[in-house]
Amino acid sequence: MGIDNIWVFAQETNGAATPATLELLTKARSLGGTVSAFVVGDGNAIASTLGEYGAAKVYSTGDLAGNLPGAAGAAAMKAVIDGGDRPDLIMFPQNYEGRDIVSRLSVKLDRTVLTNNTQVEVDGDSLKVTTPVFGGEQLVTTTFTGEGPFLAAFRPKSFEPAPGDAGAGEVVSAPVPDLGATGGAKVTAVHVEETTGPKLDEAAVVVAGGRGLGQSESFEMVESLAKLLKGAPGASRAIVDAGWVPYSMQVGQTGKVVKPSVYIAAGISGATQHMVGMKGSKNIIAINKDAEAPIFGVADLGIVGDVHKVMPKLIEALQGR
Amino acid sequence: MNVIVCVKQIPDPAQPGELDPSTNTLKREGKLILDESDSYGVEMALQLVDKAGEGEVSLISMAPNGEVSGLRTALAMGAAKAVLVSDPDLAGSDALTTAKVLAAAAKKLGDADLIIAATESSDGYTGTVPEQMAEVLGMPSITFAKSVAVEGGTVKVARQTEAGYDEVECPTPALVSVTAGVVEPRYPSFKGIMAAKSKPVEEVTAADLGVTPVGWAGADQQIVDVAQAPAREAGEIIEDEGEAHLKIVEFLEGLKVI
Ligand SMILES: Cc1cc2nc3c(=O)[nH]c(=O)nc-3n(C[C@H](O)[C@H](O)[C@H](O)COP(=O)(O)OP(=O)(O)OC[C@H]3O[C@@H](n4cnc5c(N)ncnc54)[C@H](O)[C@@H]3O)c2cc1C
Ligand SMILES: Nc1ncnc2c1ncn2[C@@H]1O[C@H](COP(=O)(O)O)[C@@H](O)[C@H]1O
Repeated sequence: MGIDNIWVFAQETNGAATPATLELLTKARSLGGTVSAFVVGDGNAIASTLGEYGAAKVYSTGDLAGNLPGAAGAAAMKAVIDGGDRPDLIMFPQNYEGRDIVSRLSVKLDRTVLTNNTQVEVDGDSLKVTTPVFGGEQLVTTTFTGEGPFLAAFRPKSFEPAPGDAGAGEVVSAPVPDLGATGGAKVTAVHVEETTGPKLDEAAVVVAGGRGLGQSESFEMVESLAKLLKGAPGASRAIVDAGWVPYSMQVGQTGKVVKPSVYIAAGISGATQHMVGMKGSKNIIAINKDAEAPIFGVADLGIVGDVHKVMPKLIEALQGR
Repeated sequence: MNVIVCVKQIPDPAQPGELDPSTNTLKREGKLILDESDSYGVEMALQLVDKAGEGEVSLISMAPNGEVSGLRTALAMGAAKAVLVSDPDLAGSDALTTAKVLAAAAKKLGDADLIIAATESSDGYTGTVPEQMAEVLGMPSITFAKSVAVEGGTVKVARQTEAGYDEVECPTPALVSVTAGVVEPRYPSFKGIMAAKSKPVEEVTAADLGVTPVGWAGADQQIVDVAQAPAREAGEIIEDEGEAHLKIVEFLEGLKVI
């Protein structure tokens, strides 16, 4: 008994395992027992990395042939479980694919899902997970009370990834069974938005803009400052919803979680849903004209001022160096 | 074309949230309002039905104490009718139970071409309910829709991804979850508000729908602790009098970022 068999839903981008995958594998390893990775797609390219981070076995569905991962991934996992490999815990990243797969799997297994977690610990034959609420002000710890497989989704950047000492994971085929009506949705075209510079969730410096910029053209100030600091531009949801910048730049509960060494918030109020995505930054600088803005509550350096005055001067000062 | 929209009624997010000390779940007392996340789905559905030139928009909601305020807002926007599942036995339900209840409510309304939900609710934000509903109903689904069009039995969606977006097609009936900002939700007109008062809202219990509320999965979790997170200390706050940018430069130098 106990938690002996853990699966991690593993993802790939551009031929490499995603940071969230490595974080979860590292955590899974520390909980003890055997760890398997489950790739919804072709797992061969990343199997050696997954092994290095702790996956003794790498389940791979093979190419999804246009299917969305939700229905396909859940059905493939269910088939392996029915085949006799019964995990005690399956860990998912709290992102699009993770959410879609764990949701459908929860129905197939008739098991609850605990979402938005940032911590997990073994508790006898069960597990305790911790979830921040109210923008991270309080931490709620919940245990699973029924039988496994326990299903839990974790916010990215909750754990520090570190490789272990094992070799490549053994790749095991886990084909997607016939999906019937649930497999009706098909991807017909893929559009990738071009980005330059470091990735938002990996950059050492993030400069983020919000509604206080006033108009979409002013986002150029955010981009120039990010470039000067070799960082990545980010955004609040307000300006993503307004269509000023693409969703891929959104920081927060529904966007990316960032933990750079410096986070500069320009014209961002500091709503709880924004703060959960950036509160973990080592140093926070905020520029906001409202001295009462909640963002100042977490800022190491707060400038009460107009972004249209402070930012251009800051950019000029840095250009002159 | 008939569209069903999931409408969650939530405590006003402008008020600070609070946990009930006896159950450690979110307090959901008092007047509830239409979750802004769902106002996009309502608007999207109204536009799709409008474009099709026939059919109607129906609403489903699960909420405590027979709450209808949020539903009335959506009806005032133009939806035709609603099914409300309100049942004291449902208190503390997890997302899976919610999905089972909503799926049963959708079935009660009869055949719809499309079921629309939001990608996540403002108060619960598990983001799992729509996809769980689709699985309960054995339906295909497209999550994270930025735009939705229906043409002759096929729904076409631009689906947001981490890197950009995908074009996805699916035969109806299907479930689609829409992101915030996809459309501009209309304000209910005075006429709409008056009309909404007489639109039918059918109130049912979980038992009426044949769903056992505290099922196996329903009771599968228990909150064991609530703690205050370590607070981040606020630093230096200065008023800009024309030279504040130098303070930032100094701060960045101190960190060796520049
Ligand atoms: C379910 C859900 C999920 C969400 N997820 C996210 C998320 O992932 N990320 C996110 O960011 N938000 C998210 N939100 C939205 C969040 O609640 C806020 O609405 C949003 O973060 C506000 O963005 P903002 O700070 O840019 O705008 P506002 O709150 O409008 O703040 C603008 C700020 O700019 C300041 N300002 C105005 N003019 C100037 C000027 N000239 N110079 C300097 N300062 C100025 C103002 O004082 C104000 O503080 C979510 C909301 C919900 C309900
Ligand atoms: N109680 C409810 N009543 C109606 N719709 C709901 C309810 N709970 C969730 N939903 C729908 O499912 C979406 C996602 O909810 P959640 O999984 O809680 O983030 C919501 O935005 C609604 O569209």
